[in-house]
Amino acid sequence: MKIGIPNETHAGEMRVATTPAVATELIKLGFAVAIESGAGADASFDDGAYRAAGATIVDDPRTLWSASDIILKVRAPAHHKALGLDEVDLLHSGQILISFLAPAQNSDLLQRLALKGVTTLSMNSVPRISRAQKMDALSSMANIAGYRAVIEAAQHFGRFFTGQITAAGRVPPAKVLVIGAGVAGLSAIGTARSLGAIVRAFDTRPEVKEQVESMNGEFLMLDFKEEGEGAGGYAKTMSPEFIAAEMALFAKQAAEVDIIITTALIPGKPAPKLITADMVATMKPGSVIVDMAAEQGGNCELTEPGGVVKRNGVTIIGYTDLPSRLAAQSSQLYATNLRHLLADMCKGKDGVAVVDMGDEIIRGATVVDRHNVTWPPPPPKLKAVPSPAAASAAHTKADAAASITPTAVSTAKKTPAVASAANEAVAKKRKFAGPAVAFTLGAAVFGLIGITAPPEFMSHFTIFVLACFVGYMVVWNVTPALHTPLMSVTNAISSIIIIGALLQISSTDNRVLWISAAVLTLTSINIAGGFAVTRRMLNMFRK
Amino acid sequence: MTPEIIAGLVTVSYIGATVLFILALGGLSNPETARQGNVYGIIGMAIAVLATMLGVVTDNYPVLIGGMVVGSAIGLQLARRVQMTEIPELVAILHSLVGLAAVLVCFANFMGHAGPATGAEKTIHDIETYLGILIGAVTFAGSLIAFGKLNGKIGGKPLTLPGRHWFNLALALLVIYFCVQFVQQSADGRGLTPLLIMTLIALIFGVHMVMAIGGADMPVVVSMLNSYSGWAASATGFMLDNDLLIVTGALVGSSGAILSFIMCKAMNRSFLSVIAGGFGTAEGSAPADAGEQGDVIAIDAADTAALLKDAKNIVIVPGYGMAVAQAQHVVNEITTLLRSRGAKVRFAIHPVAGRMPGHMNVLLAEARVPYDIVFEMDEINHDFPHVDVSIVIGANDIVNPSAEDEPNSPIAGMPVLQVWKGMTTIVMKRSMATGYAGVQNPLFFKENTRMLFGDAKKTLEAVLAALRG
Repeated sequence: MKIGIPNETHAGEMRVATTPAVATELIKLGFAVAIESGAGADASFDDGAYRAAGATIVDDPRTLWSASDIILKVRAPAHHKALGLDEVDLLHSGQILISFLAPAQNSDLLQRLALKGVTTLSMNSVPRISRAQKMDALSSMANIAGYRAVIEAAQHFGRFFTGQITAAGRVPPAKVLVIGAGVAGLSAIGTARSLGAIVRAFDTRPEVKEQVESMNGEFLMLDFKEEGEGAGGYAKTMSPEFIAAEMALFAKQAAEVDIIITTALIPGKPAPKLITADMVATMKPGSVIVDMAAEQGGNCELTEPGGVVKRNGVTIIGYTDLPSRLAAQSSQLYATNLRHLLADMCKGKDGVAVVDMGDEIIRGATVVDRHNVTWPPPPPKLKAVPSPAAASAAHTKADAAASITPTAVSTAKKTPAVASAANEAVAKKRKFAGPAVAFTLGAAVFGLIGITAPPEFMSHFTIFVLACFVGYMVVWNVTPALHTPLMSVTNAISSIIIIGALLQISSTDNRVLWISAAVLTLTSINIAGGFAVTRRMLNMFRK
Repeated sequence: MTPEIIAGLVTVSYIGATVLFILALGGLSNPETARQGNVYGIIGMAIAVLATMLGVVTDNYPVLIGGMVVGSAIGLQLARRVQMTEIPELVAILHSLVGLAAVLVCFANFMGHAGPATGAEKTIHDIETYLGILIGAVTFAGSLIAFGKLNGKIGGKPLTLPGRHWFNLALALLVIYFCVQFVQQSADGRGLTPLLIMTLIALIFGVHMVMAIGGADMPVVVSMLNSYSGWAASATGFMLDNDLLIVTGALVGSSGAILSFIMCKAMNRSFLSVIAGGFGTAEGSAPADAGEQGDVIAIDAADTAALLKDAKNIVIVPGYGMAVAQAQHVVNEITTLLRSRGAKVRFAIHPVAGRMPGHMNVLLAEARVPYDIVFEMDEINHDFPHVDVSIVIGANDIVNPSAEDEPNSPIAGMPVLQVWKGMTTIVMKRSMATGYAGVQNPLFFKENTRMLFGDAKKTLEAVLAALRG
């Protein structure tokens, strides 16, 4: 099949949907790759590099759009200024389009694509399951955006990030507050930390605390209990009480920190307003706010999406194209995500991509299948970390699963897990039966010995049992590589039986004397031989 | 010095020796501390022997010194001369000496009429003597047969007498019968006859037990006999009222038992079924026909070298065949060469590779392979999908995929090294013969497997030459 990569026409869009390196990989999968002339120019990939990678360069966009079986794009189809028509009109039935496309906000576009019969895979809709991580373009872009947000902040911030003691005096480190510790937030934390700033982070999901701390950030805790994780690992809207506590925390932090980076988003809803105009007023002059949620309306009341404004001496950055501002990097990651998706669709490596609706990832990503809008997909089968409440509820809900609603399907799927847990418990009980029998038998034997044996024997027996345990503990620590030396050294020390001969050699009975002498000789062979060969072996082990 | 003071000093010396023995075993957790541990063991033994000689022995010093000097000289010679491939044989023969020593000490004790004269204590003492001889004789006879099997004097095939389990059971019943006889007669000052008969039965039992065990189970047998030699020492200690013997015997006994357990687990076999013997012949259906498996793809030394030159990530899986061919030194030279060219070369050791636990590690150490590139199965198995080339040298069952794929295979469930998950596997073999288990190996017929036939040492020398050229 032929893959076509057109020029991105959206104003200011610098990214491109494939790079020369990825084009090589696509060709290895059996595809033919064609790219519109100049498509990679803004991301610093020139036509020559694509040509060297084996791709064809096409000058006329119309030819490219019509002759390709698969169109790879960054932005969703929109108005094509140079041609004066909508990009959807360049598509025809039977084609596959893969690009970013927010399906919830673009139902009209989905309808038009379905009318055309263009199978559409949205990179926004790739399910968040571990197998799909390598195709998760949202995470790739969020990572880049988080990095770029810190760089933009540094651009507008008048001081160092890192603290320094200079000859001219002490420079305090910048204090950065990151709100929302998703992929973008964590990336921003890491970047700000590596520039030397003191980084604090807040998130409604307490379980990301460890991730924040692993990036050397300080996690701000609210003294308030509420589960902040919604479906698919994303955040959800919180209760009014929680929000009040949260706002109080931000107000306090705003007066302290130099830079605020906000990344708070709730899927399908406008971004929550977290930084009020009052808070901005309390910030120190020269402070910077980077509002990464600007596209969804912004987390700060004063944000102007797409631009930079200055209010009360505070710079508020509302860029909505942060990944595009690092075009070479984001093109490379995005192209790689696309390649992984295509490799998943083209299992035979024969250049034929199949839209397999039985594949969980493909099903999730496909928003239009030929003439049908297939969005929204059924909910993901399993959440990454099931919350305890959901798991316990699953059992009771399963009985009501007769009416097949999407939620019922997902709960019904969980029931086998509950059943298998019960089976496991039974198996465990059986497993305990063996040791229980052994324990009872052992107790009986010990009891019998205790009743019949004389005290002299008992003291030896105590020592014997304890020695067995010491041996058990010590030998389990022996590394398997040294099992042969272990055997030869135990061989040598088991010849401690020589003591038995020594104790008896002074006997006046000649038979006993000579038997003991023989034992002395035998065990001496063993002692000398055992230790010497162990020594020889151990000396061979070297790094 | 009064006798009390001397007795006290002897006792504390024994305590010191015990602690040193425990330290000796503890040191083996790591090759660095192991050398130190061995020194502790030597010191412990010296303290115990010297304390007994000075504190307890009263007469016959010339015989004592003479016996020890002769024995030590023989032992040192053995240790110096032995080839590292022959370590299992040496260990087996040394085990037999411990068994024989236990038997002799117990007989000497019985003839010397030491110990309590009457009552329950006498009965217990008699039973201890009896047990000491029993375990000692089984260890002695079993180890001798194991020695014979290991060095090829006795065939490796398991001897499966008809009704052998009944035979063993009859022997066990006889042993119990003569124990009762012995205790009764011993009360009247007699009892040598039942003791001698029992010794004979124990010897027969020891021979029969090891004869029935197949070649693949040798690691289990060697560690089991290791364990027995410890229990024999322990039983002797009970008889002599000597705590040092009891403790040391128990340490060795549990050590051997753990090793046997590890080996059994590595073959997915229960301890009892190993002892019952007849691996691969008695139970399990006959494996699929060899002819139907398809064709193998052969490769020569030059192509092998070419493959290795391009590989970045190489794993070598040695088996007993490497030891037989004495190929470990060439393997090390190839390893050094490939490593100097920037490839990542590692060794994967299956717990039952070779004829005794840890045998491969010793052979590789002898060839100066650094131990930090030698890995255990569990450490490396998950890594095979990233391996470019794995070389299997003289191993078969431990890399057999049917252990995982075919539930009917006699080796089903045995953990194996998953070499077939790597990009290419080169299998070095003398011929297409099956392994100990007598099971055909589907690995050889996989399309990413290449067979390199011939003597491992000669072939590897050719590969080395091609790599250099």
